[in-house]
Amino acid sequence: MTRELLYGWGLTAPGNCEIQTVHSEAQVIDQMNKVSRTIARGLGRSYGDPAQVSGGMVLNNRGLCEIGPISETGVVTVGAGASIDELLQISTPLGWFVPVTPGTRQVTIGGAIAADVHGKNHHVDGSFANHVLSMRLVTPAGAHTISPTKKAELFWGTVGAMGLTGVITEATIQMTPITTDSVLVDTDRYANLEAVMTAMLEGDDNYRYSVAWVDCMTKGKNMGRAILTRGDHASVDQVKNPTLIGPEPPKLNVPFMPPSGLLNRASVRLFNEAWFRYAPQHREKEVQSLSTFFHPLDGVSNWNRMYGKRGFLQYQFAVSDAHSDTVVNAIKRLSESGVASFLAVLKRFGAGNASPLSFPIPGWTLALDLPIGSSRLPNVLDELDDMVVAAGGRLYFAKDSRLSPEKAQVMYPRLKEFRALKDRIDPEHKLTSDLARRLRLVGE
Amino acid sequence: MENAFGQPQNVVVFGGSSDIARAITRKLCAARTSNVVLAGRNQKALNAAADEAKDYGATQVSTVIFDAEEPENAAKTVDAAFAAAGEPVDLVIIAVGLLGKQTEDEDDPEATLRMASVNYTWPVTALAQLRKLMVAQGHGRILLISSVAAIRVRRTMYNYGAAKAGLDRFAFGYSQGLEGTGVKIQILRPGYVRTKMIAGLKEAPFTTGPNEVADYVMRGIANDSTIIWSPPILRYVFFMLRHLPNSLWRAVMDRQ
Repeated sequence: MTRELLYGWGLTAPGNCEIQTVHSEAQVIDQMNKVSRTIARGLGRSYGDPAQVSGGMVLNNRGLCEIGPISETGVVTVGAGASIDELLQISTPLGWFVPVTPGTRQVTIGGAIAADVHGKNHHVDGSFANHVLSMRLVTPAGAHTISPTKKAELFWGTVGAMGLTGVITEATIQMTPITTDSVLVDTDRYANLEAVMTAMLEGDDNYRYSVAWVDCMTKGKNMGRAILTRGDHASVDQVKNPTLIGPEPPKLNVPFMPPSGLLNRASVRLFNEAWFRYAPQHREKEVQSLSTFFHPLDGVSNWNRMYGKRGFLQYQFAVSDAHSDTVVNAIKRLSESGVASFLAVLKRFGAGNASPLSFPIPGWTLALDLPIGSSRLPNVLDELDDMVVAAGGRLYFAKDSRLSPEKAQVMYPRLKEFRALKDRIDPEHKLTSDLARRLRLVGE
Repeated sequence: MENAFGQPQNVVVFGGSSDIARAITRKLCAARTSNVVLAGRNQKALNAAADEAKDYGATQVSTVIFDAEEPENAAKTVDAAFAAAGEPVDLVIIAVGLLGKQTEDEDDPEATLRMASVNYTWPVTALAQLRKLMVAQGHGRILLISSVAAIRVRRTMYNYGAAKAGLDRFAFGYSQGLEGTGVKIQILRPGYVRTKMIAGLKEAPFTTGPNEVADYVMRGIANDSTIIWSPPILRYVFFMLRHLPNSLWRAVMDRQ
């Protein structure tokens, strides 16, 4: 057990915590009995403060990393601390892919459930928890096996709840069959936001995976110019030399922290321009590897250091189709404000699930990375919050590092229901985090 | 908790009715601060500051009475303020200070002791207790109001300047001792600010209002700067002033 300064991926608002790596369910139960405040942590890929509890005990789940055999039907039981990367190393050669992957493989299974992560296939396959058949959860009242049919309220209450119901120790997942490690990708470039949104509305249903990169710094008629990439797993007859090889380790690293301000308006604009120009106008059936298509940033270790000591944040919101104008207005507000924002990610969401705190709602989601430093940024983002609230939309807890508690309550109207569950299973509010305290998620 | 911009939710202010502290508190409440504890000497002045904090968005405001001439009670005052907050404290502002009147005070041992107590002994005693409480919390920020007067002590206010100089240097060592704890201290060095404190004095160059100071503080908090100069140009002005030969320094600074 050591004391450490823990940060989220955005490197903002650190908290000094005791940290203990846990290796068994018994050890989790033992720790939970001993401490007054605790939260689980995996690989620390949440941007803000959900995987730390200042002055409390953080249980690092990386000791729970066993990966069981994969059944003929693609069912596998995995320790909550195993990462999607580690699972893919084993499952890809056997012809199985994870049912849902976020933009990085470096997340643990426990974290994927706690944040109920989504990927490029949300409009078809839903979020991660939709493919979890059952899991083991240690609460202060003891360990439970929970599933959509067994203790369903606790199961769905745990999904998307950022670890506030307990520590997940293992999960049984339904994997997705693949026959090659390639993806066939169609790429299209659009001159503005309206064009890409129309294309996504009309065509996304023809693809399993779809995502658009949007430039949020260009104003005027090219506002929101975008590159749309969509694809499906390739079958053996669609590629020349079909293989089934797990993802490659990162080739590059950011070994030290450059000064903050390196990523400023000028350099980010230049990057966005280059990225846009480099993309083809239209290209069909390009063969890409799984890593290139799903996890482009995993090629560079510690890329978050690029933002320097001051760190950065990611702003991600979701709104329904009825409020698609919020996406347009948000990008307009950002491009006018002149804050530096890297290519934003725009995606369609399909149906949500039964969880009271899961982020996805059907419609649109937009995510963008922003460096800390501009004195305008806090107010611009508060304005965006108001727009999202007015549209009945919400922000993503796994990304948030600056929302206000008042707006969080409005964005998640089922928070009350979650708190009732929380009060039953954890009446002392032992499970808490800096995020939970900041947004007052667990009540007073 | 503090957010990614360093905007706190729970704030304790020592010297809570001072003009600079009030200006900062207003800005904080307009951002994310909901819970404020104002500590000071005068209940009536604290009540006025408390009403103002509520007007700007605070939902829970309490007050604590203390006297900075009694450093032996500083630890107790810190404890009382933290108890009044009721939750981990994200930001502590130490805005305790007394300018005095050098020419009147300099023959008066009691007045000189008072100047040292209020400007140095009380703050450092409080800082020791704050360190204990905040390191246990695992997070938090302290904003210590120093002064440009700490950079080079002047004939016309050496009681004040020397005490601030001591406090400013103390805070540097203190800051280094906090590395890795999740707690930080930031040192605010304002120039002349139009406040009650300097009422009647001649206005110096680069004088600002309390609201401008508060703006620089908000920016300094977001950027985690160890020293916050207000206005920022004073950093360069005082770099030159501190290296002036003594005769020149006195010619420039003794006039006021």
